[in-house]
Amino acid sequence: MLDISVTTLLNVEDVSQTYSTGSGESHKPVLDHVSMSLRAGEIVALLGRSGCGKSTLLRIIAGLTRPSEGTVTIAGEPVDGPAEDVAMVFQSFALFPWLNVLDNVEIGPRANRVPLEETRQRALKAIDTIGLDGFESAYPKELSGGMRQRVGFARALVMQPKILLMDEPFSALDVLTAETLRTDLLDLWQEGRIPTKSILMVTHNIEEAVLMSDRILVLSSNPGRIAFEIPVTIPHPRDRLNPEFRGLVDRIYALMTQRPDATRPAAREAAAAGLALSLPLVSTNALAGMLEEIAAPPYNGKADLPHLADSLGYEIDDLFPLGETLQLLKLAEFEEADIKLTPLGRRFVDMDVDQRKKVFGEQVLANIPLASHIKRVLDERPSHRAPAIRFREELEDYMSEDYAERTLRAIINLGRYGELFAYDENAQTFSYENPE
Amino acid sequence: MLTSIASVGRRVLPNQWDLIAFAGIMAVLTAIAKSYHGISAPLPAPTEPAVSLDYANLPYYALRTTLRMFAALAASFVFTFTYATLAAKSRRLSILLVPTLDVLQSVPILGFLSFTVTFFLGLFPGNTLGAELAAIFAIFTSQAWNMAFSFYQSLRTVPRDLVEVSRGLRLTGWQKFWQLEAPFAMPGLIWNTMMSMSGGWFFVVASEAITVGDTTIALPGVGSYIAKANDAGDWTAIGAAILTMAIVILLYDQLLFRPIVAWADKFRVELSASQEVSTSWVLNILQRTYWLRMAMRPVFAWFRAMALAPIRFPKALRAIAEAEERRRWPVLDAGWIAAVVAVAAWAAWLTIRYIATEAGWDDVGEVFVLTIYTLIRVAVLMLLATLFWVPISVWIGLRPRWAEAVQPIAQFLAAFPVNLLFGAAVSLVLAYNLNPNIWLSVLIIFGTQWYIVFNTIGGAAAFPNDLEEAAKNFRIRGWRWWAQVILPGIAPYYLTGAITASGGSWNASIVAEYVKWKDHTVIAQGVGSYIAQATDKGDFPKIVLGVAMMSVFVTLVNRLIWGRLYAYAERRLRL
Repeated sequence: MLDISVTTLLNVEDVSQTYSTGSGESHKPVLDHVSMSLRAGEIVALLGRSGCGKSTLLRIIAGLTRPSEGTVTIAGEPVDGPAEDVAMVFQSFALFPWLNVLDNVEIGPRANRVPLEETRQRALKAIDTIGLDGFESAYPKELSGGMRQRVGFARALVMQPKILLMDEPFSALDVLTAETLRTDLLDLWQEGRIPTKSILMVTHNIEEAVLMSDRILVLSSNPGRIAFEIPVTIPHPRDRLNPEFRGLVDRIYALMTQRPDATRPAAREAAAAGLALSLPLVSTNALAGMLEEIAAPPYNGKADLPHLADSLGYEIDDLFPLGETLQLLKLAEFEEADIKLTPLGRRFVDMDVDQRKKVFGEQVLANIPLASHIKRVLDERPSHRAPAIRFREELEDYMSEDYAERTLRAIINLGRYGELFAYDENAQTFSYENPE
Repeated sequence: MLTSIASVGRRVLPNQWDLIAFAGIMAVLTAIAKSYHGISAPLPAPTEPAVSLDYANLPYYALRTTLRMFAALAASFVFTFTYATLAAKSRRLSILLVPTLDVLQSVPILGFLSFTVTFFLGLFPGNTLGAELAAIFAIFTSQAWNMAFSFYQSLRTVPRDLVEVSRGLRLTGWQKFWQLEAPFAMPGLIWNTMMSMSGGWFFVVASEAITVGDTTIALPGVGSYIAKANDAGDWTAIGAAILTMAIVILLYDQLLFRPIVAWADKFRVELSASQEVSTSWVLNILQRTYWLRMAMRPVFAWFRAMALAPIRFPKALRAIAEAEERRRWPVLDAGWIAAVVAVAAWAAWLTIRYIATEAGWDDVGEVFVLTIYTLIRVAVLMLLATLFWVPISVWIGLRPRWAEAVQPIAQFLAAFPVNLLFGAAVSLVLAYNLNPNIWLSVLIIFGTQWYIVFNTIGGAAAFPNDLEEAAKNFRIRGWRWWAQVILPGIAPYYLTGAITASGGSWNASIVAEYVKWKDHTVIAQGVGSYIAQATDKGDFPKIVLGVAMMSVFVTLVNRLIWGRLYAYAERRLRL
């Protein structure tokens, strides 16, 4: 085992990050006064949904992005530009396609004036440790995703960083490959074979966080804050079927789904008042499919979220937007770590396509203020046409440009399926006209 | 080539910057002309090396011409690496550099040949070096712009994760350039280099043998050979020149470009093994040798060490760059823009005053009408070439075996300059007493139609097989098949070719509207012949007027028509 000292390696103090919106007047924070620390000998997971700023936080720690406010210190030194004591593993692997495995691993030390001899030695050792022996002269193009990410690990480890940063390192891999890489990495870590003192990983996979880390920091979205801190004390090697493991996963699911109701009352009130509700972009087919899945055995109307995610092969970024949209439309609702069909949701499952579309349209109109707003504007205008830019600008008063764009896309999608209005992409206008 | 493939995908730039760049370029060229007038000593007639039509000389001429082209290519690379890098890295400089480059692509540089020739002759009076440099410069102007644009665009689109890795690994600017940016830009740059070599031939022929006023230059080379053959009306010599050109192109293609393209495959970023793998027998041989590879190993190691050398820019420079990035000092920004605008306005005024020394408003009106004639000519011929070639190219492109064979031939044909057809054109016009205003027009499209052909073939070959099968399955045929299946499918490719062809045609009009064969001269009314005649007379203000008018038209046509069509095709029709 590692010698666990109590030294704090990394300190993030009161970090905020804001990007100006299109008009440049108001600033929407991506990160809002985040503080955290990292001690030697621990693996910490930053868990959150897409758009919660977890990757931004990681880049601020790596010195790739400058925070708008707050400070980051590594081993007591303030971070100002890419820090020497950290190395990062990327979700997309980010290998140089024109360099072979050995050159990709060697580029870091060579660029930083490590003597040639030592570079070669360290690179070969890293390649050996990570299980890439025999692939030294292969180009990234020739490798599978799993092997590519191993190169990514070797390239980071050869820098001998005190802190290893990982940005969703397994999310671009298939399930089996990801699991192999996770356990390989954990084994190396447990055996103390990698020179790193601690690991900070960003993930949106709850089970991955519970499997690997000693501490989980759950980030909330819009703006990004650390909502919960959950210590994981289950001894290694962890068994996914262990009741303690399952219990923790369930608890985190419950924490993450209750968030919109409990921890953001202000946002909820604003949503009720009008247009501040940002919508996720989901497929209407997936919504119907999810309702059918929950209605069918073995769930019979009430499904355990981790179980559902697992059986569908969904990550939380796939599952939560669907669940939230269903909840918004009052077709289903979250209950702790479960999702349950409402009576209307149950009836919806048994309807034919036309009935479904009708009910769907009614629910969208009744529950999403933006939909009723668009319809009202179309009704009021003699031409029954309205440009999208009008609604986009209204939305941008409440949310960032990206969220406004996504929300608009989402309402177009929902409105089209519910046959509430038509949208012409070329003219960028809403109307009631459909081709005859 | 006036318009490159690289330039058309860019968003349309704000027009005031074009005006500014335009004024600047015109002023520089005017200044060059003026400095020529300022040289008090009369230019001695350059020692005229006799170009003879003896076939035995052709290999030597071909060598001289090829060397000239590669010298120009080297200059283009230096230009590309500095100019495009500065434009991509500095926000303030890009305000000036990008529109300048854009306008340079639209200016028919061929019209300015007279200026550059006299300028370089003035630098080295009585020496052929001046004439050599003038020719190399002319070729450079045909090669550099699209290469620089391609490089600039690549630098702006380097994948973000690779940039982050480089920063995370603390690569210096020098290291990042050679490890990330240059390799990433390589495939696009190589493709544009090949296109530039093809386009360069047109300028070789125009620049090796040129008469400006009473100065005549004839450098030993294929271009001079063709010019002399045209003067003498020697059909077999023209044939020999064509054969020589074909051999030279084939040689550098097989020995140089194919191996480089095959080697550069590894710089493509898409990580999946691409279906199309370029191969080259030369590269295969080189890579399979043992001794050669062993001998080259230290060389490559040295290159890699150099590319990884921890070279940093001086701290002061980096501080400036960083401050610029953080958008401080808005006053300085405003001052910089004001300075650029002021200099441009001054340059425009100088240019206008220079034109006004000899030309009045009636001249402007005359040139305007002549430019309309040329515009009609280019438009009609583009339309005819499209109607003729698109169906044929689609037919070929949908048959992979044919496409594979025909596409390189079309690319090859694009290199041949229109001057080779002068004999045929003049003979036909005289023999059948044809109207040159109509029949000389055909020459305009002669060299440039091939861009339409090989791009359309490429588009049809890339048309997804499942869509083709779906169209067959639903029995979509005839007119509907063209309008709704294949034409939208090939549109982005066709437009890429058409933009290049249209730009090239304007340039070609300077040569193709004023044709000489033996002692006959046939002229078509147009701005091209206006410029060519003014060049013959050495009437500089009129050349500036003609070229300026043509540039305005080309820029407007590119912006108002091609730019919009291409943007639409990219947005809606890219498969």
